[in-house]
Amino acid sequence: MASALELARQLREAFPDLIAAPTEFRGEVTLVVLDPDRVPDVCRHAKDTLGFDMLLDLSSVDNYGDDPRWLVVYELMGLAHGQHLRLKTAVSEEKSGLPTVSAIWRTADWHEREVFDMMGIRFSGHPDLRRILMWDGYPYHPLRKDFPLAGKETSLPEVAFTRQAPLEGGPFVTVASTAESIAREPRARNPQE
Amino acid sequence: MDTTALTPSTRLQTEFGYNSKIEGEVVHTQLDSALNWFRKNSLWPMPMGLACCAIELMAAGASRFDISRFGSEVMRFSPRQSDVMIVAGTVTYKMALAVRRIYEQMAEPKWVIAMGACASTGGMYRSYAVLQGVDNIVPVDVYVAGCPPRPEALLDALIKLQEKVGREPITKTLKRDVAPLKYGRLGLEISATSIEETRKNKA
Repeated sequence: MASALELARQLREAFPDLIAAPTEFRGEVTLVVLDPDRVPDVCRHAKDTLGFDMLLDLSSVDNYGDDPRWLVVYELMGLAHGQHLRLKTAVSEEKSGLPTVSAIWRTADWHEREVFDMMGIRFSGHPDLRRILMWDGYPYHPLRKDFPLAGKETSLPEVAFTRQAPLEGGPFVTVASTAESIAREPRARNPQE
Repeated sequence: MDTTALTPSTRLQTEFGYNSKIEGEVVHTQLDSALNWFRKNSLWPMPMGLACCAIELMAAGASRFDISRFGSEVMRFSPRQSDVMIVAGTVTYKMALAVRRIYEQMAEPKWVIAMGACASTGGMYRSYAVLQGVDNIVPVDVYVAGCPPRPEALLDALIKLQEKVGREPITKTLKRDVAPLKYGRLGLEISATSIEETRKNKA
């Protein structure tokens, strides 16, 4: 049975000029797709030919200040061979969009809605690209790095309103340690300190 | 005894007039106290379970803690039939106007218990998504500390609310007459549009 690295190499052979060499870290294999517009082609091949019939997760990273700003991450899994493969693709801030893979794995539908809701990356060809966590009409994308943790004031009559949260002393954060629970529990801590 | 000897007037006296046999079963009280006693011993909750506090609320309703000892076992999932809204959990902004709408649908007299840190102040969620205390949108009678509070704490809050209900001078100021048009700490009015107007007026 083929290993994840072997499957990654096979995927790269099918798209030699589109996929960079696979990297392996702690037993997990990652491929970088150079052109986000061709991600559906790669995914279609991975599903139909290499048996990656399950999309575990679809998420995004905001590398604020870098160019390209967005990184969209696909976690692939094959139930028959049990191998896991990660695809990454960078998306520029001007574009802030790429084609959907919801026609390949239906689970991508809600994942892409969540990425759109929280990060503001649009997926072209998506059947129903509405917000999924915040309400329709909320004007911001709250997981962007330039969105303040305290939030911003909004008002949508009869639907919802938001206010800035008081952040005296910083957000509530836990501390990972073996100390007693009083030392570990969430308290106002300034991340700058 | 020959009943035929009794005149109609003596029979009336015997049946409807002063009867020394029932003297010990009559209780004199004030109307206030009587009505309050009826109210406070059957406070039917509207379980506004929004997060993990609702699990403790369920425990308070189950046999081990048994909220029915205090007359509140009838959880009504309709605001029309409930007296006290127990806000158990994190109130997000997405849910906030729904919570207030349900509060408005409850018939007077009505009370609110804010159960747990999140419902009372927003708790550890100092975030763009969480209302910082349900008292921003509805008037709260009793706050319960804890994350989540144990069922005993909720029962204690219920007993405190019963004491509060028992002190209300309801015949002098019927609650519906003094019900606030503006709700909560920020003096919010009913609709979201009027929230904006209220805020402008305050600024």
